[in-house]
Amino acid sequence: MPVESPGQAALEREFLPIRAKILEIAASLDRIERCEGEEMADARWQQLQKAIALLLEKQGNRAGQVQLLFSRTYESDWREAFQIG
Amino acid sequence: MYYIDPHIHMVSRTTDDYETLAKMGCVGMSEPAFWAGYDRGSVDGFRDYFEQLTAFEPRRAANYGIQHYTWLCINAKEAENVSLSREVIAMIPEFLERPGVLGIGEIGLNKNTRNEVIVFLEHVDLAMKTNEQILIHTPHLEDKFQGTRMILDMLVGDSRIDRARVLVDHVEEHTIKHVLDEGFWAGMTLYPVSKCTPARAVDMVEMYGPERLLVNSAGDWGPSKPTAVPDFILEMRRRGHAESAIRRVVYENPKQFFSQSRGFAFDPPE
Repeated sequence: MPVESPGQAALEREFLPIRAKILEIAASLDRIERCEGEEMADARWQQLQKAIALLLEKQGNRAGQVQLLFSRTYESDWREAFQIG
Repeated sequence: MYYIDPHIHMVSRTTDDYETLAKMGCVGMSEPAFWAGYDRGSVDGFRDYFEQLTAFEPRRAANYGIQHYTWLCINAKEAENVSLSREVIAMIPEFLERPGVLGIGEIGLNKNTRNEVIVFLEHVDLAMKTNEQILIHTPHLEDKFQGTRMILDMLVGDSRIDRARVLVDHVEEHTIKHVLDEGFWAGMTLYPVSKCTPARAVDMVEMYGPERLLVNSAGDWGPSKPTAVPDFILEMRRRGHAESAIRRVVYENPKQFFSQSRGFAFDPPE
């Protein structure tokens, strides 16, 4: 009996949950678009588009990259801006 | 499996929750001082709160065999009132020698403002002068990365701080490495929508290893799940992790971190 590799085991475990989450995202985007408002101009809508594109990149840190996309920028000279030594 | 929840706000939970947690293996917990959902109006409001944290909650927990510990501070959400914050910081030492007090926390930043920074630094100074451990809250959502980096700048810039005695909480994928690389303990909070899920927490254990990592529920008055740590345990088991590895994260690690505090007199259940 062939031994299942760790990758196959992970795919087996994650396939249905991922499928369900993708469907949830697809339905959510459809729901927003059906409203036919000004959402396309909203910066958050653009952020969502970029985040979805990030998921297709072949690198092992998608979660971290998505987190940074939704984060404010860190400026190392913040102490000077606050005038705090 | 026995476990310790290192960050949970039991003043906001019912006695039924204590019973449920005990049934699920919780034998210890620590409760950082936090925001009540409204800004308190006076230092006496905090004095009453600290009385609740250090006297009433340990008794309520003990009824279910759970050992309750606590941390004291004024939360970052109330730090915009610097004068009240200073009154509270001056009053905290009244409670520091009570049994079960582990240190100063959860201090930190919320919106990363100048006043929050001032109050954070004054809390750290109190902790250094009284030889207390520190538990740190990092901001939510889009403010987390910036705020965590600012907090690390302040901690690393203070040569008095023993990094092994500081827990930086609510880390996620974009902040955990910064915290661990600087030698601090890191806490992963299992919290709906705004923080981390059990599956992502297990991912981080797999990527960074179990050393100096804690996992907590941060159960409070908002949408949260006080039994989230058992969810993490189940996810670890589903992925085939050894019981000893799970136990290290949910029991041994918090015990090791808390043991550095003079207020931690833990009676192991075994």
